[in-house]
Amino acid sequence: MTKSFFYQISSFAIALIILTGMILLSGASPLAIIASMWGGAFGTLDQVARVVSTLAPLLLCASGLLFTFTAGLYNLGIEGQISFGAIVAMIPIRLFQDVLPPALVIVLAIGLGGVGGALWGLLAGALNVYGRVNEIFAGLGLNFVADGLALYLIFGPWKKEGVASMSGTETFHESLWLPTLANTDISPISLLLGIAAVVITLVVLRGTHFGLQLRAVGQNLRASYVLGIPSTRQLLSAFAICGSFAGLAGSLQVLAVYHRLIPSVSSNLGFLALLVAMLIGLNALLILPVAFFFSALNVGSLQLPLELNLESSLAGVIQGMLVLFALLGRGLSETLPPQAIRRQIAIWFDKKQTAKG
Amino acid sequence: MKIELLNISKRFGSVQANDDVSLTVQAGSIHGLLGENGAGKSTLVKVLSGFISRDAGAVLLDGFPIEIKTPADAIRAGVGMLHQDPLDFPPLSVLNNFMVGKLGGIFINPRSASRDFKRLATEFNFQLDVNELVSNLTVGERQQLEILRLLSLGVKTLILDEPTTGISASQKVALFDAMKHLAAQGKSVIFVSHKLEDVEALCDEVTVMRQGKAAGHLPIPCPDEKLIALMFGRELALPLKPNTCRTTPALELRDVTIATDRLTLRLGNLTVCQGEVIGLAGLEGSGQQLLLLLCAGLLPASTGSLTINGEDMTLKPYKEFLQAGIGYSPADRLKDGLIRGLSIHEHVALRHVSRGWFVDWQETLQRTLQAIALFNIRGKPQTLVERLSGGNQQRTQLALLPVPLNLLLMEHPTRGLDIESVLWVWQQLIARCESGTAILFMSSDLDEIMQYSDRVLVFSGGEVSELIDVADLTVERLGQTIGGRFSSQLSAVHP
Repeated sequence: MTKSFFYQISSFAIALIILTGMILLSGASPLAIIASMWGGAFGTLDQVARVVSTLAPLLLCASGLLFTFTAGLYNLGIEGQISFGAIVAMIPIRLFQDVLPPALVIVLAIGLGGVGGALWGLLAGALNVYGRVNEIFAGLGLNFVADGLALYLIFGPWKKEGVASMSGTETFHESLWLPTLANTDISPISLLLGIAAVVITLVVLRGTHFGLQLRAVGQNLRASYVLGIPSTRQLLSAFAICGSFAGLAGSLQVLAVYHRLIPSVSSNLGFLALLVAMLIGLNALLILPVAFFFSALNVGSLQLPLELNLESSLAGVIQGMLVLFALLGRGLSETLPPQAIRRQIAIWFDKKQTAKG
Repeated sequence: MKIELLNISKRFGSVQANDDVSLTVQAGSIHGLLGENGAGKSTLVKVLSGFISRDAGAVLLDGFPIEIKTPADAIRAGVGMLHQDPLDFPPLSVLNNFMVGKLGGIFINPRSASRDFKRLATEFNFQLDVNELVSNLTVGERQQLEILRLLSLGVKTLILDEPTTGISASQKVALFDAMKHLAAQGKSVIFVSHKLEDVEALCDEVTVMRQGKAAGHLPIPCPDEKLIALMFGRELALPLKPNTCRTTPALELRDVTIATDRLTLRLGNLTVCQGEVIGLAGLEGSGQQLLLLLCAGLLPASTGSLTINGEDMTLKPYKEFLQAGIGYSPADRLKDGLIRGLSIHEHVALRHVSRGWFVDWQETLQRTLQAIALFNIRGKPQTLVERLSGGNQQRTQLALLPVPLNLLLMEHPTRGLDIESVLWVWQQLIARCESGTAILFMSSDLDEIMQYSDRVLVFSGGEVSELIDVADLTVERLGQTIGGRFSSQLSAVHP
């Protein structure tokens, strides 16, 4: 535990040093950037609200990915599962918005979004389990299919009256928008769903037979089959659970954020959640702080072009760096003993001392 | 080449794997390294061959100190190691495997490599086809290939880690002849084993290791008792197999055939009684494993029917086999039996699914502590299974078998275990038989088959013998039967 902790801390420090170097090289001041991003994320109530509203889908997706990672699966199809969830959530809205009471339509849309995501996840799972297609390729392929389907609907059957455009379908009636706090973007329902997903994930993975069996299947498929664990069912369940969480996130994108279906409705949230999941390993307790941090980075970086004339993509660079070095630290902690590094450092200091003396 | 290891120490976490071990191997000699599992034999030779870095100590080759940090360093210095599981590339051909790791040049030269290979193969009397895929070779043949490859790299010291597990009797003879030939050329051989008879048959000298230390150096020949006393610090007695057979049949096969890509096996009719132990003898891959998998419910029969304790189990799903009290214990423990990254406690929790959704960690912890005490596992509930030694992994695997058990299927129940663990495992198995469990086990150790079986099935060249009463057999006759003189031997047994 201490050993891996040593590596986590060192890799985090090295990532920060390199980032500082990169920022200095581009001619900016790291402190100014921190100040600007802090201001961008927490300066006004509106900005805090945006951080929180990005947080909700991130929590859902990262929780879902924890299931697939535990089962040893790389569910890169999460983007498509968000999109398909969003598409399916549109169906009750379009069919019943003038017929049923708005609350019922919202519940239907959220529920069906989850079901749609689960089906899209199961499709990737079936390709993987029965068709022997690597889940990474199955997922990436289905991402394109889901995006294509959204585009077809936006420019075809669901197009705006008059002229179809990349801006998406017609915005639906305000009564169907998820309620927000005061005049901000914060939707308490989204946030509640996100936090519920984290709690469910924690409880299921730590305490239930299903969670334990999922870990067993993820570590050794054959041995868990021999031990009598229904491994096929476990793998498919992991896909379905992750898909349903992603689909929920998709329906929230429609109901709480855009109020219509747009192309690439997933907004790369799935990939961002993949980074969160990779950074935290299998520790569900860390989802909330890390997802919050990433969401703050994303929102805060929007301020950079305005204040410092820098690219807002810096947030992505920071996130990528942290993940890369966390994975590196984890890898090294399995191969190199920390004593070896400490010895190297001691030798290095020794040489410096003798050089001085 | 003369090898000197001086005061080698190596620690893994809380385990002192090597503690101040010194060892000298003269050029032109075969040196045995004997010891039970976890005694530190493998660690020591891996230090020498560059797979593990030592914490302290020195390595001298022909009197000169040398730093060996990687396997490539070791090869350059003339030290090559043959690993317990062949480290080769099964999808490649024999020739491509032979060329892997050769230094110099950008382009490979298959023609000269093929010439080298054939010359070496003839010198050592190994029959290998250069174009055959390694995946089609037996373990023994892959070993031969690896030996030739190391020799072609100019190795002057060859380390063999448990080379006699999983190879046939004739391959063992060829291997021993090759080792003696190498020693006669002035090369040195380090032979790591826990088998007394192999060390006695081959080595000039032996170092016995116990708990990470060199317990003693002895010239061979040397009385067994002396070696065993050094290995364990005391003498051991073999448990006797009492007659536990009952009259009720536990397992019945009718007209069964199993077909796989490589082998079609006619098993015909077979009846095993409760409490009976059936040994499955034969060369590796002759179909013994197929029979075990069939009975475990992991492989469907092509034809015929399977009855267990009077219940027809033909083509039933695996789950029902588990419910019928059938236990299967695979040979490759970390691949097929146990789950890396999970602790002993979590394994027990996987086996004992309580009612409801939630795992009862308190109750399963009690069960785990009981199992650790009962099965004498050297580990804690939270110990990850891959951190256990081979013997303790096998104990864990036995602890996970269902109770009560009607039929127990074991692949190499004691492969890679030290003598003490072997005796313990068989005590447990015999205790199971006394409570009515029927056992089918496969083993490449003929002594084990003779010692513990009531009846024996011999697998040879796609054929299976009738059940032979062990009283009608001797080790020699069994060896000949396995070696192919099949029908004549059978008719000699059952005229």
